[in-house]
Amino acid sequence: MPTSKIAVVGDRDSILGFKTLGVATFPAADAERALQIFRQLVAENYGVIFVTEDLARDLQEPIAELNRRFLPAVIPIPSSRGALGIGMEAIRKNLEKAIGADIFSRKEG
Amino acid sequence: MEIRVNPTRMELNRLKKRLNMAGRGHKLLKDKRDELVRQFLILVRQNRELRERVEKELSAAFASFMLARAGMPIEALEEALMYPTRRLELQVSKKNIMSVYTPQFQWEEQKKGEEGNIYPYGYVDTSAELDMAIETLAGIMDQLLELAEKEKAVQLLADEIEKTRRRVNALEHVMIPRMEETIRYITMKLEENERGALTRLMKIKDVVRAKV
Repeated sequence: MPTSKIAVVGDRDSILGFKTLGVATFPAADAERALQIFRQLVAENYGVIFVTEDLARDLQEPIAELNRRFLPAVIPIPSSRGALGIGMEAIRKNLEKAIGADIFSRKEG
Repeated sequence: MEIRVNPTRMELNRLKKRLNMAGRGHKLLKDKRDELVRQFLILVRQNRELRERVEKELSAAFASFMLARAGMPIEALEEALMYPTRRLELQVSKKNIMSVYTPQFQWEEQKKGEEGNIYPYGYVDTSAELDMAIETLAGIMDQLLELAEKEKAVQLLADEIEKTRRRVNALEHVMIPRMEETIRYITMKLEENERGALTRLMKIKDVVRAKV
């Protein structure tokens, strides 16, 4: 079974704690820097990349590209400044793509 | 619109075979799509619930980190967290969902130092808030990786469903009607030829008979 690595990309405050868990952390202040880090991570065979939603918002194109591949899994997480709902939005989009309609939207009201 | 072909019997047989094949393919693809959608719906529901939970817990963890940060200078905090005591090792295997390969993650923590204490620092110059924050975060990691697995599967399945649906639609609304129309065209043309030949024969017979 191939081994892989986990990375967290985000602003300093958000990624601070992840380091203690033994996850590789990469501070990125803006989307441009984050994109560079992404390229590096993909080249280095990272399996899971957690990225804060602030950055994910500005990197939708490259993330969509990576999402079509087997690996890595790029997962948006809320940053220390709170959730933006980008992760949920992504689920909703997937649902629309597959089914043609957002069948859960009624729940949210 | 029909396919431009020579209206021959050979062509007709070929087309009939293709239509048969297309029909079988269409049925299979439709079954595949239905099953994919079923699996997808199960996963997507789990994905939503998991994400909701993780986002909530993560926000809580961040909040306690903020508290810890407020309690001590950032340099001291970064220094305290500089050398992690554990390393998270990720193992990836493949899972086959209706011939869509999705990654499955297994992870184990490798602990360094004595007893795998999760706190990479001594207790002297750090606050209790920091301990708490790290503990919460450590509790979330499992769920985060589970989320990664589910979310990736959902993405890959959504792509595959879209592709399969396109194929089903192309077969159903374009390929199959087109072939049927062409078959009708050839059959009619052949019948027409046959009638033509028959009338010609009758005419010739009349002419011959008139001469005799």
